[in-house]
Amino acid sequence: MNNRIMQVVTGFAILAMAVSAGAAGISNDAVKIGVLTDMSGVYSAIGGEGSVTAAKMAVADFGGKVLGKKIEIISADHQNKADIASTKAREWADTDHVDMIIGLLNSGCALAVQKIGTDKKMVTIATGAGSTALTNKDCGPYGIHYVYDTYSLPKVAASAIIDHGGKSWFFLTADYAFGHSLEENTAAFVKKHGGEVLGQVRHPLATSDFSSYLLQAQASGAKVIGLANAGGDFINSVKQAREFGIVQGGQTIAGMLVFLSDVKSLGLDVAQGMEFATAFYWDRNDASREWSQRYFAKTGAMPTMNQAGVYSATMNYLKAIKAAGTDNADAVIKSLQGMKIDDFFSVNGHLRPDGTMVHDMFLVEVKKPSESKGPWDLLKIIKQVPGDEAFMPMSEGTCPLVMKK
Amino acid sequence: MHLSPQMVLAQLMLGLNNGVFYALLSLGLAVIFGLLNIINFAHGALYMLGAFVALLGYTTLGPLLGMPDFHLNYWAALIVAPLVVGLFGILIEKTMLKRLYKVDHLYGLLLTFGLALILEGVFSNYFNVSGTSYNGKPAILSGVVNLGFMFFPTYRLWSIGLSLVVCFGTWYVIERTKLGAYLRAGTENPSLVQAFGVNVPLMVTLTYGYGVALAAFAGVVAAPIYSVSPIMGAETIITVFAVVVIGGMGSIMGSIVTGLSLGMVEGLTKVIYPPAANTVIFFMMILVLLVKPEGLFGKDQ
Amino acid sequence: MNRYLWIVLVLVGLAAPFVFYPVFVMQLLCFALFACAFNLLLGYTGLLSFGHAAFFGGAAYVTGFLVKHAGFTPGLGVLAGTAVAALMGYLFGSLAIRRQGIYFAMITLALAQVVYFVALKAPFTGGEDGLQDVPRGMLFGVIDLGHTYHVAGRPLELNLYYFVFAVFCLGFWLIYRAIHSPFGQVLKAIRENEPRTVSLGYRVDRFKLLAFVLSAALAGLAGSTKSLVFQLASLTDVNWHTSGEVVLMTLLGGLGTVLGPVVGAVTVVTLQSELSAIGSWVTAVIGATFVICVLAFRRGMVGELGKYLKRSL
Repeated sequence: MNNRIMQVVTGFAILAMAVSAGAAGISNDAVKIGVLTDMSGVYSAIGGEGSVTAAKMAVADFGGKVLGKKIEIISADHQNKADIASTKAREWADTDHVDMIIGLLNSGCALAVQKIGTDKKMVTIATGAGSTALTNKDCGPYGIHYVYDTYSLPKVAASAIIDHGGKSWFFLTADYAFGHSLEENTAAFVKKHGGEVLGQVRHPLATSDFSSYLLQAQASGAKVIGLANAGGDFINSVKQAREFGIVQGGQTIAGMLVFLSDVKSLGLDVAQGMEFATAFYWDRNDASREWSQRYFAKTGAMPTMNQAGVYSATMNYLKAIKAAGTDNADAVIKSLQGMKIDDFFSVNGHLRPDGTMVHDMFLVEVKKPSESKGPWDLLKIIKQVPGDEAFMPMSEGTCPLVMKK
Repeated sequence: MHLSPQMVLAQLMLGLNNGVFYALLSLGLAVIFGLLNIINFAHGALYMLGAFVALLGYTTLGPLLGMPDFHLNYWAALIVAPLVVGLFGILIEKTMLKRLYKVDHLYGLLLTFGLALILEGVFSNYFNVSGTSYNGKPAILSGVVNLGFMFFPTYRLWSIGLSLVVCFGTWYVIERTKLGAYLRAGTENPSLVQAFGVNVPLMVTLTYGYGVALAAFAGVVAAPIYSVSPIMGAETIITVFAVVVIGGMGSIMGSIVTGLSLGMVEGLTKVIYPPAANTVIFFMMILVLLVKPEGLFGKDQ
Repeated sequence: MNRYLWIVLVLVGLAAPFVFYPVFVMQLLCFALFACAFNLLLGYTGLLSFGHAAFFGGAAYVTGFLVKHAGFTPGLGVLAGTAVAALMGYLFGSLAIRRQGIYFAMITLALAQVVYFVALKAPFTGGEDGLQDVPRGMLFGVIDLGHTYHVAGRPLELNLYYFVFAVFCLGFWLIYRAIHSPFGQVLKAIRENEPRTVSLGYRVDRFKLLAFVLSAALAGLAGSTKSLVFQLASLTDVNWHTSGEVVLMTLLGGLGTVLGPVVGAVTVVTLQSELSAIGSWVTAVIGATFVICVLAFRRGMVGELGKYLKRSL
């Protein structure tokens, strides 16, 4: 008798351990926004906690409520792992009834989450992933690609670099979806503008020692070493290139995706003269300055284009809900597509059916130390490129949603 | 990729650079295994700890002590970090490892595995996983040296030289001095050596401390090159295990020579057939384990 | 073991998706099977493999690839994954069995690292991004595993759940039968005193290899199923951290007990899920659990309970 009871107890002990995983509260009385990004790794300075702050700022500025429902923000760290990102997104959709997921730094994670968004009818806004696959072969009816992509970046920057004499290129590429996409698109532009690609070498994401890859780049003799990587990887590549005398040897380092935080980290002595494309610069006009100062007050750093993009996207998403009268994904997307997205972040912006949020992009150059009048006075805007010119025309794309029509 | 002699030499130099770190770390592991018969899975985490002591000593120690301009400089860190981490290692040995000497060796492995995870987890919470720069590199070691076939950063050259000195110094002490003789005898027959009046448990503790200190020393030397990250040890430790196994689990010279050679083999592979660069060491380990399980330089136990 | 306990557990399993988040329970089942398979090798044969993630993750990739790109039905995909894991087990086992103790563990670790780097570089695995968007498919061509029923406002993928539950029960039953057979007795003898077993005339190497292959195959079964549940196979699955985690699950639950690995797996996976909000502390907590277990709790939860009840659980 005793034994039997103990056995049943053991059985329930097993049960008890899973209790905490029980069904969470069902909350359809709130609009829930999930910020899923890299909080601790190679891209954390670009998005990270700053993205969460930006989203919260948008909610607060909007008034905290939409259509009488409360707006809630939750966040999680995907650690640049696609499986963590997709599991989190799935869980958020199934148990927390999240209506929109934003952030999604890291293309591998963004692609995984966008698929889940398609399955679960949940809006996903990638404000930090680059891969053009998001709006081409892997596009989704609820997926939005908001800030930049690996087509617009080289389109805006590559021609300028080639015009300055950089005709032969060698790529140092982060070995995953984003890096491949950026390398492919940049190589295409280089060739189109009369340059040639001498070779490439791929490195694992979050590498600390680029020496052997940089030596190969050096040995190739290319005039330009194109860095198809970002964040911590970009910073380390540039620093180590200097250590090995690559820049002194006459080769130019071209970063294809550079953020304000990278320039700050490298410092003007190292980064001066670098040209790259960006979607946002805090010091562009009064509106951007005003918002950025507010952001600075909360975080102690000026915003990167991702963080500004999170604010803008969240704000516009909430406006779209208000206009549509519901938080149903189909209706909200339709509403967003009908809006003009024009604020301190996005100039002449609009959302295309393939998910691309087209807006003007900027070609910038890093200032020389002598030109800078403040700790964050780092860039000067050389050119403003209209959105329709910067982004790939939808007709050339491979998004199944668009091609059907 | 055409194989120019310069390219090969350059990658060999880089390989040698990685190799000295493999040598330093596998030396520490070999010392610990030879004496305590414990596979110290935490070795990588202790290497990381050494690098962090150097980093934090440089950046936060000053403000913590109320002296904002104080920086524990690189030279001091070379001594302080091994001491601090070595003491930490001794603490671990006295409180935890000692209890496992009587049980299956595999539990020691699992304990140190757990310790490694704890250290990695705690540091990952406070520091960026992709690395923080160590800015304390002395000016005298900055700059570049022209080796003819490549420009090699002065600091890396220094790291190779210093590490080789420490490696061969350790080998000399253990294999050629009286102290080393006591150590070796103490491992083979502790009770007999104890009967001669030598304090064997103290020797064992100090030796473990030294092995750990070696790991921390490697961490300080590595900080200016690889930047300091909570997972820098985890990435290296598995490769270092392979080095120790290939060289011979208790063999000092074996670890040094194998570490250096394997670093260079890895470098060569990066040029000849890059996709295999990460796996070549493991293939070699499997080969050695099947053909000469005591390792290339090991003695049959 | 009393029949009532089994009935209660099966009933709990059948009712679970209605009470708990089904994907989470499926995750528990996959890892529980993984741990049970591992326990067969460590708890019952006494062989510590530090590279079991190679079988778990390797099978996940194989199944994911076949179901996504080669049009395999989920049933066939899982079978294929398991078969590949068994084959890997045979190859790895043949190499590793030649050595003992620490060396055995080191060989398995090295082999698993090779698998990891192959997964990183091979074109079909998707590298860092992983093998994504694995369809759940139609089981036997008729049952849609991706179908979502709506019960009381909650979306439940019941078809998939019962498939996973069935797989788990099958795997668990196989292990149970193996342990309680003459084969299992020999394995225990090998664990207790190998030289004695040799002297009794048993071809010990053959038994070890068979145990290894069985353990690898069932670990692969767990991995294959997991790739269907999460629709994803990634580098995490073949990483040595995962190999370490399964050791912990088995150790924590109780080496050499039947239910131990299940308890251990449920605890570890739940811990990870609950603590995921606090980020990297999970790693530290897992490490601390390891340390405590090794120092003071070597029999594991079920082992301690069994000792208290004075019967083997």
